[in-house]
Amino acid sequence: MDALDKKILNRTQRGIPVSEQPFADIANELDCTEEQVINKLQHMLDDGLLSRFGPMYDAASLGGAFTLSAMQVPEERFDEVTEIVNAFSQVAHNYKRQHRLNMWFVVACESQDEIQAVLQNIEQQSSLRVYDFPKEEEFYVGLYLPV
Amino acid sequence: MTAQQLLADNIDSLQLSPEQQLELFAAIEQGLPLVAQPYLAIAEEIGATEEQVISTIEHWQEQGMIRRFGLVIRHRKLGYVANAMVVWNVDDACVDDVAAILAQKKVITLCYRRPRVLPDWPYNLFCMIHGKDRAQVIKQLDDMCQHSELAGIDKKILFSNKAYKQRGGKYSQASASGN
Repeated sequence: MDALDKKILNRTQRGIPVSEQPFADIANELDCTEEQVINKLQHMLDDGLLSRFGPMYDAASLGGAFTLSAMQVPEERFDEVTEIVNAFSQVAHNYKRQHRLNMWFVVACESQDEIQAVLQNIEQQSSLRVYDFPKEEEFYVGLYLPV
Repeated sequence: MTAQQLLADNIDSLQLSPEQQLELFAAIEQGLPLVAQPYLAIAEEIGATEEQVISTIEHWQEQGMIRRFGLVIRHRKLGYVANAMVVWNVDDACVDDVAAILAQKKVITLCYRRPRVLPDWPYNLFCMIHGKDRAQVIKQLDDMCQHSELAGIDKKILFSNKAYKQRGGKYSQASASGN
């Protein structure tokens, strides 16, 4: 990755202009050509560094219901419980984390009722308690990873 | 409310038909084409003008439905492999102040207030740090805590060992299939 790749990646992470020629606008800012911006971004897509360009939706304003949940899963049952939890299409992310509460997953549904139904189902199928940590207040969201 | 309903509610202020709005919503979710005039390319796809597409997207941004039009990077591929959730047990009266300090720190990528579940879980402020390795994340957190009001707060770092499932939000499809 050369210096221009890094500049383009850092600039485009912050957002792509909604204008007639957005890549030309970025090129002007970075002192390169529109063609360079497009080619380098295409290259990064081909390499798998980027998965896509697109909108970051505010999920809540689209009407969804979300929560972060956690479970304390005995080590010997981890694979089995992972299978139970991941079988729900409403489970978006599932991470094993280092803590007594070692399984953390995000549940995304259309309604609060559906969230509660999914969590209860997971409890019944696993015979383990599900801790529910819904978002009460959002202070900051800004995934920016400088390269 | 589904995405479709939300879009339909806003058609009065927009020039695109409800069908075109849904098509636009689905098209941009797939990703912006990497061509000189990407909004024109999408407009041609859905039978609209470039101006209509741009003004509709701008409207969605103003409404807050789209936070940002950017790119989705695979952070692991860029070397950001240490994904840490840092949780804090903050006095209820100080949550806003502490969150404001955390939100200013460059390394913090998310900061949410969530409920305690006592007695098992006393932590009420959750944030994420994406770092290149665990030692770096620990150092960044230590540095952060040295020169601020964060020093005395009870906290824990939960590193992820493994991602067992990861999928991005697919809103137009999720709504269409009723998932």
